[in-house]
This record gives sequence, C-alpha cells and structure tokens, in this order.
Amino acid sequence: MATEAIGTLVVSAPREASELKAQRVRAAMWFLVPMLIALAVVAAWPLLRTIYFGFTDTTLNNLYGGEWIGFENYLSWRVLSSGDIRWRGILADPNWWGAVRNTVYFAVISVSLETILGMVVALVLNAEFKGRGIVRAAILIPWAIPTIVSARMWGWMLNDQYGILNDILLKLGLISEKIAWAASADTAMTAILIVDVWKTTPFMALLILAGLQMIPRDIYEAAKIDGVHPVKTFFQITLPLVRPAVMVAVIFRTLDALRIFDLVYLLTPNSSATKTMSVIARENLIDFNKFGYGSAQSTLLFMLIAIFVIFYIWLGRVNLSGEGSR
Amino acid sequence: MMKYLKWTSFYALVAVIVVIAVFPFYYAVITSFKSGTALFRITYWPERLDLSNYFSVLTGRNFPISIWNSIFVATLTVVFALSLAVTGSYALSRVQFRGRGLILMTILAVSMFPQIAVLAGVFELVRFLGIFNTPWALILSYTIFTLPFTVWVLTTFMRELPIEIEEAAIVDGANPWVIITQVFMPMMWPALVTTGLLAFIAAWNEFLFALTFTSSETTRTTPVAIALLSGASEQEIPWGNIMAASVIVTVPLVVLVLIFQRKIISGLTAGGVKG
Amino acid sequence: MAEIELQDIRKSFGAVEVIKGVSLEVKTGEFMVFVGPSGCGKSTLLRLIAGLEDITSGRLLFDGELVNALSPSKRGIAMVFQSYALYPHMKVYDNMAFGMKLGGSDKDEIRKRVLKSAEMLQITPLLDRLPKQLSGGQRQRVAIGRAIVRDPKVFLFDEPLSNLDAALRVATRIEIARLHESMHNTTMIYVTHDQVEAMTLADRICVLRDGIVEQVGTPIELYERPQSLFVAGFIGSPQMNFLSKQFAEPYRAHTLGVRAEHLKVDRNGATWKGEVIHSENLGADSYVYVDIGSQDPICVRQSGNSTFHPGDRIGFSPVSDKLLHRFDVSGRPLGA
Repeated sequence: MATEAIGTLVVSAPREASELKAQRVRAAMWFLVPMLIALAVVAAWPLLRTIYFGFTDTTLNNLYGGEWIGFENYLSWRVLSSGDIRWRGILADPNWWGAVRNTVYFAVISVSLETILGMVVALVLNAEFKGRGIVRAAILIPWAIPTIVSARMWGWMLNDQYGILNDILLKLGLISEKIAWAASADTAMTAILIVDVWKTTPFMALLILAGLQMIPRDIYEAAKIDGVHPVKTFFQITLPLVRPAVMVAVIFRTLDALRIFDLVYLLTPNSSATKTMSVIARENLIDFNKFGYGSAQSTLLFMLIAIFVIFYIWLGRVNLSGEGSR
Repeated sequence: MMKYLKWTSFYALVAVIVVIAVFPFYYAVITSFKSGTALFRITYWPERLDLSNYFSVLTGRNFPISIWNSIFVATLTVVFALSLAVTGSYALSRVQFRGRGLILMTILAVSMFPQIAVLAGVFELVRFLGIFNTPWALILSYTIFTLPFTVWVLTTFMRELPIEIEEAAIVDGANPWVIITQVFMPMMWPALVTTGLLAFIAAWNEFLFALTFTSSETTRTTPVAIALLSGASEQEIPWGNIMAASVIVTVPLVVLVLIFQRKIISGLTAGGVKG
Repeated sequence: MAEIELQDIRKSFGAVEVIKGVSLEVKTGEFMVFVGPSGCGKSTLLRLIAGLEDITSGRLLFDGELVNALSPSKRGIAMVFQSYALYPHMKVYDNMAFGMKLGGSDKDEIRKRVLKSAEMLQITPLLDRLPKQLSGGQRQRVAIGRAIVRDPKVFLFDEPLSNLDAALRVATRIEIARLHESMHNTTMIYVTHDQVEAMTLADRICVLRDGIVEQVGTPIELYERPQSLFVAGFIGSPQMNFLSKQFAEPYRAHTLGVRAEHLKVDRNGATWKGEVIHSENLGADSYVYVDIGSQDPICVRQSGNSTFHPGDRIGFSPVSDKLLHRFDVSGRPLGA
C-alpha cells in the first residue's frame, strides 16, 4: 500500500483488487462450497466407488468382503489343458454385447425419429393459427406423464389379447393376427420405440421450436417476396438457421437414450431383445448378486457417455471459437 | 383451390398430432372406469362410470402411503436443491473469478452421468449411513440430478438480470447476500417456481433409485408402487387398478403442467438451448 | 462536498487498455461533464470513480484521500443510471429508503430524508407506487431522488437522459440543472454523448477520445478555443466546417475551421462561392449546404427562412477573421 510522492513525481499505487471485488469473490467462494460439497458427496464419491467396485469381486450380500481382482471383471482368460483359451468377463459376455447393440440401436433410431417428428411438430407450432395454444398444451401431456404410467398405459394398449392397437390394426386390415408387442422378441424393441418416441418427441419439439422462434420473421417475409418455394425455404433458410438448436437437442437426447432404464425395465422386463446397458448392469448388481461385475458394467457405460460428452464439449468449443469471441 | 387443400391438410396434421398425444391417456382414463369383464371389451368411448377401481386403490394400504412418500421426498429434494442452487448460481452468473467456466462445465457433466454409474456407490453410501429403505436415501440420491439442473437453469436466468440493478444495490451498500435475498430473489420468483416445479416432476417420476433403495411397502414412492401393483393371483394383472392409480397420479401433474405451461417451456429451453 | 482528483488513471480489460492515463481535477461543487464519442471511455471513467470497476493503475483521491480500494458505498457517492435501475419489486418509497435501511439508519431519520428528497423532485404522490406504474420521466426522477437520499458528496450520472424521448429530455435536463443550483456544494459528474447536454449543464466539460483527455474547460472555452481538431469538430452543432488544401493555404494553415453560424451570405466579394446542394429550414434558423469544390459541402447558417434552393449559386464569407480557427498538420491550433 506504499505510495510515495517524491517531489513532483508520483509513484502510482500497486495494482490491488478493490475491496468490492475481493468481497464479491470471497462471497462467491462461500456460496459455491456447499453446492460443491453436495456434488462431491452424491456424485463424485459414488462414481469413484463404483469404479473401484468394478475392480473387485464384491457381492451384494457382502459389500465389504470383496477382493481386488484387477481387470478380471472386464476381461480375463484361462488356458485350458486342451490348449483352448476360455474368455471370461464383460467384454467376452454375449449378453453384454447384446445390451450394447440394443442400446446403440435404440439410441440411433429413437433420436432420429424424435428429431424428424419433433421438427414437424415444431414447424406446426411455429405457424400462427387458431388453436395453437391447445396443440401446445396437448403435446405437453406425453411429456408430463410419469414413465411408469406411460409404460403401463402403453403396455395395456399394446396388450396382445385386449390391446386397442391390435384392435385398430386388425380393423384396418394391416395385420392378420394379434401381435404380442411387448412380449415377443421380434417386436419388443418396436414397442419400446413407439412409447419412447411418443413420450419424448414433445421435448424435442419444444427445443427445436425455441430455435425456430429465434429466426427473425423478416427473413421468411423476404423469401416470400422473392417467391421462394416453401420447401426450398425450409431446406435453405430454416434448416441451417435452426441447426444449432437442433444439434443441442440431439446431443441431449442421445445422452438420455444411451442411459435409458425405466421404460425398458417396466415395459419389456427380462427381454434380451431390449435389455440396455443400464438394465443389464442393474441386473447384475442387484438381482444376480454380482456387485463387482455390475459395477464394472456401469463403469463402461459411464465411459461411453463420458467420451460422448467430451466430444460434445470439444464440438461446442470449436463452434464457439469458430463463430467469434466469447 | 390449392389454398383450401393446404389449409385442410394442415389442420388434418394438427388433428393427428393432438389425437396421438392425448389418446393414450384418454384411453387409460376410460379403462380406469371399467372393472371385471368390462375390462376385456375394447371400447373407444366411455360407457359407464365405474369407480370401483379407484375405491380399491385408494383404500388399499400401499398406494396412499406411496403418494405421501413421493410428496415428502420430492418436496424436500427440491427445497434442498433450490437453497444450494440459488446462492451457487449467483456466484456462477454474477461474479467473475478464475475457474468459473470449469465449474460450470463440471456441473453440466454431472447432469449427464448415467444414474447407473453411481448406483453402486450410492448403494454403499446409503447402507453406510444407515438410511437404506428410508426417504432420506432418495432425497440424498436425487440431489445428483436435481442440483445440477437447478443450478444450470437458475444460472441462465440470473445472467439475464440487469447489471445496473445490481450496481445500484452495490452503491446502496448491499453485500452479495443482501443482493441475493432482497433484490434478486424477489425478482426471480417465477424462475424459482418453474425450476422448482421441473425439479419436483423429475424427482416425482424417478424410478431406478426408488426401486433400488426401498424394500418395503411403506417406504415406496408412487412410481414403484404402481409398478409393483399385483392382483389376487400370480397371473392376474389388475389393469383396472393400475389405470386408476395411474390416473390419480397423473392428473395433478398434468394440471400443474398445463397451468405453468409457458414457464415450463421457457425453463426447459433455457436449460437446453442456451446450454 | 468533495474535490476529486484523478492522477494518471489507467484501466485495462485484459489486454485492452481502455483508459490510457487520465489526470483530472474536479473542484468541489462543480458540475463536470464527461463527453465524447462512443467507446471513448467516459462511462468507464465514471464507473472507476464510482468504484464499480477496479483501477488498473493510478490514484483516485476524494478530498485528498486515496479511495482506490474503497467499495462504492464507502466513497460517499450516489449514482443515477441510464436505465434508472429501480428495484422493480419495491415501492418508490422503499427504493429510495433501501440504502439507508442497509446502513442501519433510524426509521424516522429515513422517513424524513425520503420525504424531503421526494418533495424536491415533486414525486411525493408517487411514493406508494411500483416502478412499473410510472412513466419514464417519473422513474428517472425517482432514480435521482434515490441518489439524493444518500446525501452523497459526489453525484454520478451515467447518460441519464438517453432513454427519454426528446421533449422529456429537455424538461429533465432543466430539472437536473436546477438540482445543481439548489445543491451547490455537491460535486456532480455527468456522462453523455450529447454535446448539447454537455454545453447546457456543465460548469466544465472534459472531452474524451479513445481513453485520453482531449481538452478540459468551460463550455465557452471549448467552443471558442478548441485545442484540437477533434474538439473543434465535436463541440457545436452543426459541426464546424473544415477546409483544407487550397482553401486553407491562404490562411497559412493545414486545416481551416469555421462554424456555420460564423458565416454570412455575401453578394459582393464573397470569400467562397459555390452551388447550393441542400437546405434545411428549421423555423428560427436555416442551414444551407454549399458545394464549393472542397471535400465536404460547407454549412452556412441563415436567420429565419432561407431563400436558397438546390442549384442556386451562392457566395459567403466569414463574419470575422477572428472567428476562424487555424490548425496545423497534427490538429493543434495555430496562434491567434
């Protein structure tokens, strides 16, 4: 804090943060600490424990009796006396790979359908017409309904004996006999997709709508005056401008789709055609008593998602720096 | 002529969208009013209003308790998350400090955790704290998704508050705590309501943790209670009861969502698009 | 009641230096206006004085005391913002009382001061209303009232009239001037980009450009004796006419400046002749724009209605040679 005036020469005060700034930063720290502690306790610590358990042979009945077995849960091999190699572990488990296949298949199909249908609904909602409020309210309903209710509701509609869907399809002549949508392995995934698309398209539609509403109306009016065909307007003007919002929505949805549990567990329990990574991990953790094995599977799913998130952030940074200052 | 065709096909599309969105729930409602053999006849319109399903569901032991459990857990979760989030989001949106961007990224990342990834760890934690099979296990574990969400949305909202009002308060001698409690929170209460509502709905609907951390009928929350609704015999699924329970649980939610439509939509998109 | 001294104040935002060494003295009770084009740093300078931003280097003194590190509420300042910044959820009374409440003042003391301040600005009937129920002009008066209640040593105004429409701007400007007269011991610093506000309100004006002080002086000093080409062109409306090359040479200057109001139409022996390209009739005055072959058309002021139309040939001369401004190559004025 030393300042001296030597004759007429004044040495300026050293650069110090003013009281105000210091006070604010201090307050910010105090405000953040509780939140960060909470996150550490409920997120960071359990995650680390899960990863740890993945390296042990812990069982559900004896949580503290597990021993370190390294990567054995993931992959291990034993050479038999016959010279054959027996592979063990998640990466050699066909059930696991089936789950991975199901998860990825589900994610790709559901997100694609939800994006396209969401775009359609968003375009409808973006238009100005009487009754727009009713439509907006109506599409909120699938989103508001708890997953368990959706699962049971659709389970009832997709029921092979008493389901209304079979009834309608039979009446329309589209099928010749009743289909056990949820129960049969061939159609189980389709059933899941139907329900998920029904539930989630509204959310996608709302996100895309927000993006659409940021496009100034003037652009459309200019295009109209220029006589541009509506379809061309959509592909050349609307789509590029709404792309950022759509990308964000797609990323969020994909992440959600990769970790899906509730719907699969409730609508098509025990169906290997729909078991996703979350479902199979829990199965091992809780039902099969293989706590360590299930933890390893959970860790793998986490890493898949983490890679995705990092990719997303990297993509976001590239976008942000490409588009200018931040 | 073209215009008329365009107009009708547009409204046809609108009608299709509305019907597809609303029909399943409508059908569940009709079904809930049927019992016995009526259940097994497929009808598209309500016939008689038979309340026996509702009666049986509401007088049974488990269902009303599960509703109470859900209310308890969801409310406390939201209160807890909001109190931490309000101060945290002030720090993240209004104060410049090093590492701010990093913390925001971390919060975003946590919200993307698959719940299963922490299931094992939380299971151990819950057992260790002795809160297994109590609502506290759920309140604790729900924080992993309610807290990042509320922080993220509130941060987005707080960023929009005019800087000059904060500066006027600073000139008036307000410290950050006063600014939050006496200036910002009154200005932000619609955002708080929206965020709270969205977090409440998320907590209400949660299934995985509720399934795993409760083991008795008196501690279950509603989603699990409905999932486990079973009939008199092994084979018989009580569809009528299930539909009635579903309707009871869903109607208040739907009503809330419809009332707060605009706010919810802006809350969702604030969390999504601006993220 | 504070004398403010800025000693070589510098401010950088990251790598960008916005205030590049400003030294200035504001006398006690003076009404000082910071004026300049957008981006010149005038608002930043005000905020440095207020304490809302850190000073990167240099010293800021209030009555001889170093205040660099003090937070705004401890500096004895009050600020009126461009957007009024009223607390939207509080009634006018509470808006004005907020600062004192936070300071722990006695309720009666608060009441007394708020009522007195409201009286001064004639907003007493509005005390029970919410800001959203007020008009723009009323809100601005409440903002000023809130500042008065703080009983500050220094009043800071950050472009307070920008958000008002033209008529309201004039009326509020007069109120601010009257306020200054009734509080002649309180130093006031006022930021604006509008040089008319500067000229009419200021005891002294500080013209800023690109983070440095171009000139400080009374309005008349700046008008009659601009110390740079920039100030000459900034102060005075319409902008001073500038002539260069063959037009300035006869006067032995690189650039010659002459104000529209210092030119008169000359039928015989006009110094400059040319063709009228545009005329503006404002009722009390008219401005005629003439193309004399220089880079820009010359603006000539005429009383009342102009009789000239585009296409007319016209000659004009300076009213007096003493009213010509001569500048050298670097924009500095040449000897009188």
